[in-house]
Amino acid sequence: MASAISTVGIAGSGTMGAGIAIVAARAGFKTIVYDTHQDALDRARKQTEGFLAKSVARKKLSRQQADRILGDLCGTTRIGDLAGCDIVIEAVFESLKVKHELLGGLNQVCPPHTLFASNTSTLSITEIAAGSGRDDRCVGMHFCLPAQLMKLVEMSPGIRTSDESFQKAWDFCKALGQTPVRTKDNPGFILNYFLVPFNNDAIRLVESGVAAPADIDRAVKAGLGYPMGPLELLDLIGLDTQLLLCNALYGVTHDPRAACPPLVKRMIAAGHLGRKSGRGFFDYSGNAMFGA
Amino acid sequence: MMRHIIFDTGRSRSLPRDHALRKSAAKNIKSADVVIAIGSRVGKHASSLPRWKDKTAVLLELGTECLGIYTGESRGEEGSNVLGFARFRLGNSEPSDLIELVRQPRTRVAAIAAAKQVFEEAGLQVAVCGDFAGRIIDRLVRPYYNSALRRLDEGLASADDLDTTLRLGLGYPEGPIALLDRTGLAHHYDVTQALFEAYGDAAYAPARRARVAKQRSAAKKK
Repeated sequence: MASAISTVGIAGSGTMGAGIAIVAARAGFKTIVYDTHQDALDRARKQTEGFLAKSVARKKLSRQQADRILGDLCGTTRIGDLAGCDIVIEAVFESLKVKHELLGGLNQVCPPHTLFASNTSTLSITEIAAGSGRDDRCVGMHFCLPAQLMKLVEMSPGIRTSDESFQKAWDFCKALGQTPVRTKDNPGFILNYFLVPFNNDAIRLVESGVAAPADIDRAVKAGLGYPMGPLELLDLIGLDTQLLLCNALYGVTHDPRAACPPLVKRMIAAGHLGRKSGRGFFDYSGNAMFGA
Repeated sequence: MMRHIIFDTGRSRSLPRDHALRKSAAKNIKSADVVIAIGSRVGKHASSLPRWKDKTAVLLELGTECLGIYTGESRGEEGSNVLGFARFRLGNSEPSDLIELVRQPRTRVAAIAAAKQVFEEAGLQVAVCGDFAGRIIDRLVRPYYNSALRRLDEGLASADDLDTTLRLGLGYPEGPIALLDRTGLAHHYDVTQALFEAYGDAAYAPARRARVAKQRSAAKKK
């Protein structure tokens, strides 16, 4: 297996894919973003330009550095253009079928040394790797949202991942300037395994009338020093996303704490999805608080 | 400005001897709008509650018990000028700035407002909650801590990686394993065991490491 990674492929140009692409290009890697939709690539490019412009304005980057990063980033709708990549990180829809189709296609075009990494937050790396045609060269690399700002990457080997592949991906993660942590191939890895049930517990406190959302958030921030209360965070994540996370985690673990609280489904039905709809546990049209 | 008086039954976990609320307390109950009873034996003031019914608020410091133990409960319509409170702290660590203020269904609005005013003027933050075991924070964090301890046993990740992930990923000031090391696993056992008995929910059942720490602590005391 060739040891050096110089060219990085990112499959999927949604929020996560675009963020990871910025991380890779910023670290000096030639980065190719693949998406089946040109408009998605265009949108990601625009967002990337906006992010880099802000970084320059805030003096986090020089104009020359921003230009160099943009120069190292390109997009494509042709999967064959990833043939020269040493590692491909997939950040496509959280569906085993979709990921298997993608990785199966990549396996046809990429040389044997290319590592495949998955940014999945809930699916099993071993199960994803099983459909890749190269399960010994597949690793989990779960970046946090927003990837371009958060240093943490949860890294997990699948059952058949070779030590050499995992070490190579680990070294690459460090070369990106990220902070890798090793976790077993378990549902939700570390972050979502703890966060999804914790947030559900906070929703259940609202449901059972223990306290109002603002009081729960104030208690968590003042009592534990957390930067954000769980209900404020849920409004940011989106209640619809919380439902998806719950379904994915509960579907595998059957942990009652991971089961989606009924209030979430009622709020989604009412269109109270969180910040993106202007109302969730709190009302974002003004300063008034909504008591769910 | 609200005037308050403090009755100290000793060993308060919420208001240390040098706390501003103690220094600013009135000496004479007649001049006080708010009565605050603190310490581990506030129950001895339960018989005084009827005498204080004209005060704007009467605040009883709680441990893990419910306020209803002192006020009585009736058909879900209980409530008066009496509230419970506790300043949140983990084990023997320094108390946080958080006051969990416990109300009942019919607690007077004026009593809640007065209690908030007294605490907030002393630089504390107030979260109002119902009269349930564990109030807000313990209800939320004890299942999380138990889960972290169980996953450590199962080898999900090393203690350092668990802590690093939760610090960097969520901005928590401290990971759960380091936090429990610092504040005491045996104390966590006491709190989560009480919640397990109150709710019968397996999420509160003390994790193995907390049970071991409690047993070691008990063995040392013998």
